[in-house]
Amino acid sequence: MSEAPIRAEIEITNPTGLHARPAVKLTKLAKSFGASIELAFAADGPWIDAKSVVKVMALKAPRGAILYFSASGTDAALAIAALSDLVRRDFDEGPHAAGGRSTAEPGHVG
Amino acid sequence: MSADSWHIGRAAAPGLACGPLFRLPATDVPQRQRGSAAEETAALRAAIAAAIAEIEMLQLSAGAEAAEILEFQIAMLGDDALTEGAFADIDGGMAADCAWRTAMDAQIADYSAASDEYFRARAGDLTDMRDRVLGHLLGIADTAPPHGAIVLAPDLAPSRFLAWDWSGGGGVALMGGSPTSHVAMLARARGVPMVVGLPPEIGRRPNAPAILLDGEGGRINLAPTPDDIRSFESRRKQAVADAQHWQQFLHRPAKTAAGHRVLTQINVAGPGELDHLDPDICDGIGLVRTEFLFHDQPTLPNEEQQLAVYRRILAWADGRPVTIRTLDAGGDKPIVGLTQDGESNPFLGLRGIRLSLAHPEIFRVQLRALARAAANGPLKIMLPMVTVPEEVLAAADLLRGEIVALGNAGIDCRPPELGIMVEVPAAALAIERFPASFFSIGSNDLTQYVTAAARDIAAVASLNDTANPAVLGLIERVAAFGKSAGKEVSLCGDAGGDPRLIPQLLATGLRNFSMAPSMLARAKATIADWSGAPS
Repeated sequence: MSEAPIRAEIEITNPTGLHARPAVKLTKLAKSFGASIELAFAADGPWIDAKSVVKVMALKAPRGAILYFSASGTDAALAIAALSDLVRRDFDEGPHAAGGRSTAEPGHVG
Repeated sequence: MSADSWHIGRAAAPGLACGPLFRLPATDVPQRQRGSAAEETAALRAAIAAAIAEIEMLQLSAGAEAAEILEFQIAMLGDDALTEGAFADIDGGMAADCAWRTAMDAQIADYSAASDEYFRARAGDLTDMRDRVLGHLLGIADTAPPHGAIVLAPDLAPSRFLAWDWSGGGGVALMGGSPTSHVAMLARARGVPMVVGLPPEIGRRPNAPAILLDGEGGRINLAPTPDDIRSFESRRKQAVADAQHWQQFLHRPAKTAAGHRVLTQINVAGPGELDHLDPDICDGIGLVRTEFLFHDQPTLPNEEQQLAVYRRILAWADGRPVTIRTLDAGGDKPIVGLTQDGESNPFLGLRGIRLSLAHPEIFRVQLRALARAAANGPLKIMLPMVTVPEEVLAAADLLRGEIVALGNAGIDCRPPELGIMVEVPAAALAIERFPASFFSIGSNDLTQYVTAAARDIAAVASLNDTANPAVLGLIERVAAFGKSAGKEVSLCGDAGGDPRLIPQLLATGLRNFSMAPSMLARAKATIADWSGAPS
C-alpha cells in the first residue's frame, strides 16, 4: 500500500449514535471491500479497524460525533464513498424504520 | 384423589406445580476438567460456533426487530477482537471457560460503565452471549427445560439448577438427592417446588401431558385423573391463601403467642440474593456463605474484591448484625485447586476451618477483608466445622495479627466478634471449652454427624432427622450454656425455617433462628402460634 490513504469525515446524525444495528451494517459494508479501512473519533486517531464490530461498538460514538474514515488499497475510494453514504443515510434508519417508533426514544434496542 | 397414581418421595422445597414433564437427559456434572491449551482453544472455538448456530436458529422464529438484535450478537461473536483475549489467556494456561468469562466480563464492565444509557444497556447483550457460550462449554445449553416444566432426573447439580430460568414456574422431581442437599436449599431459596428420593422406576413410567408435583407432600403424579387435577388445584388455591396469611407476619418482629421475642435472621449465599429483599423483614443476617466468592473464578478473590462484597452486604443490612462465615469449602462443596480430591470421605476430611488453617495465606486475606469491613458496620466472623478449641485460638491469632498489621499500615479496621458454628458433635458436647463470643448451630451437619446418615443419600435420608431426640438434646445443651454464659446462640440450618421443627426448637430454649428468606413469613407465623412454656 504505497499510495496515500483516502480519508473522509462525516457527522453521525442517527439519533442513538453508532449503536448496535448501525455498527453491524457499517462493519458488514466495510468487510465487503478489500481495502484496509480504519475509523476514528478524531483526525489524529486513535484509529480502529472498521471491519471489527467489537471495536466499532467500543467507540460508543454518540449522535453528533464526527467519524473519520481512512482507507488504503485498491478499492479504497469506493469503500470511503459507500461508507460515507451509509452514515449520511442514517444507516437507512429513518424515523419510521423501527416500526413507527419515535426517534426521540434513545433507549430502544437496536 | 386416587392414592395409587401418586409416587411418594420426600418433600424438599414447598409449593405445588402442575406442568409438562421434562425428562432430563443424563449427562455429567457440568464441571470441566482443563485440557491442553490446544484442546481448550478447540473447545472454545466449538462453543462459540455452537452459540452462533443456536442464535441463527432463534433468528428464524424471531420478529424483525429481535432478529436484528440477534444479528448484532452473531456479528460480535464472529469478531476475533472479542475472542483474542480469551485465546491468549488459554495459551497462558487458563481453562476455556475461565478465559471466556474473563474476556467477556471485561467487555461487560466496559459497557456497564458507559455514560450513554444506550451503550450501558448493551451489557445485557454481552451477558447473554457470555452465558450462551459458557452453556455450550459446560454442556448445559441444550438441556435447559422449557418454562413451567417439571424436571425429572436422577439428581441435579446446583450449578445446573442455577443456570436455568425458573421465572415461568415449574418444579424438580429427583430420584436421588435429599432435602438437605444444596440443590434443595437453592430450590427453597428460589421458591421452586422440589421432591427428592422418588422411586427409580418412575424414570421409565409413561406420563400424561401435564403432571402434578406436590412439594409439601413430597410426591408426584405422572398420570393424574381429572379428579386428581381438580383436588390439586383446590389445594393450590388454599396454599395461596395460606401464603397470604403468612405474608402478614413478614414485616413484623417475630413473637411467640406469649409475646416473647424471637430473633429471625436470614441466610444468604451471595449479595445478589439481597437485591429484591427489604431488610425490614429480618433482625439481621445470621449466615453469609462466602463460598460464592471462590466458585467459578479464574483466581482466588483478593482482599479488595472481598471487602467490596462484605461492605455491600453491610450496607444492605443497614445497621443490623451481619454474621459472615469464613470459607466453608470441602465436603459436598469442592473448590477446584483448593479442596482435596479423592478423599475417601470428604465430610470427615479437610473442610471448613480445617482447610482454612491448612492454607493460612488464603485465610489471612479473608480475615483482613473482614476486619476492614467491620469498620463499616456490625460484622461478626463465624468459623465453620470447629472441632477443638485450639482451632478457635489459631484463627483468633491470625485475626489479631492481621488487625495489628492493618493498624500499622494506617488502614481502617475493627476487631470483629469471633464465633463458631456448632455442627461437630465434639463441639456441641463440650461447648463450654470453646473460647467463642457466640455460637451458631449448623443443624444440617450436626444432624448428619449425630445420626451418621448422609444428607444426600436417599436410602438413609429418613434417618437424617433434626427432630431425633439426640440432636435436639445437643441443641438444648448449647442453648442452655449460652444462656448461663451470656453468649448468643442461634441456629442457621434448614431446621430453623421448618414449621414442623420450629416448635421443638423453641422448646429447647432457642430464641434466634436464621433461615432462607423465603421461609421467614411462615416461620414467623409458626412462632406466633407457639404457646409453649417460656424459657
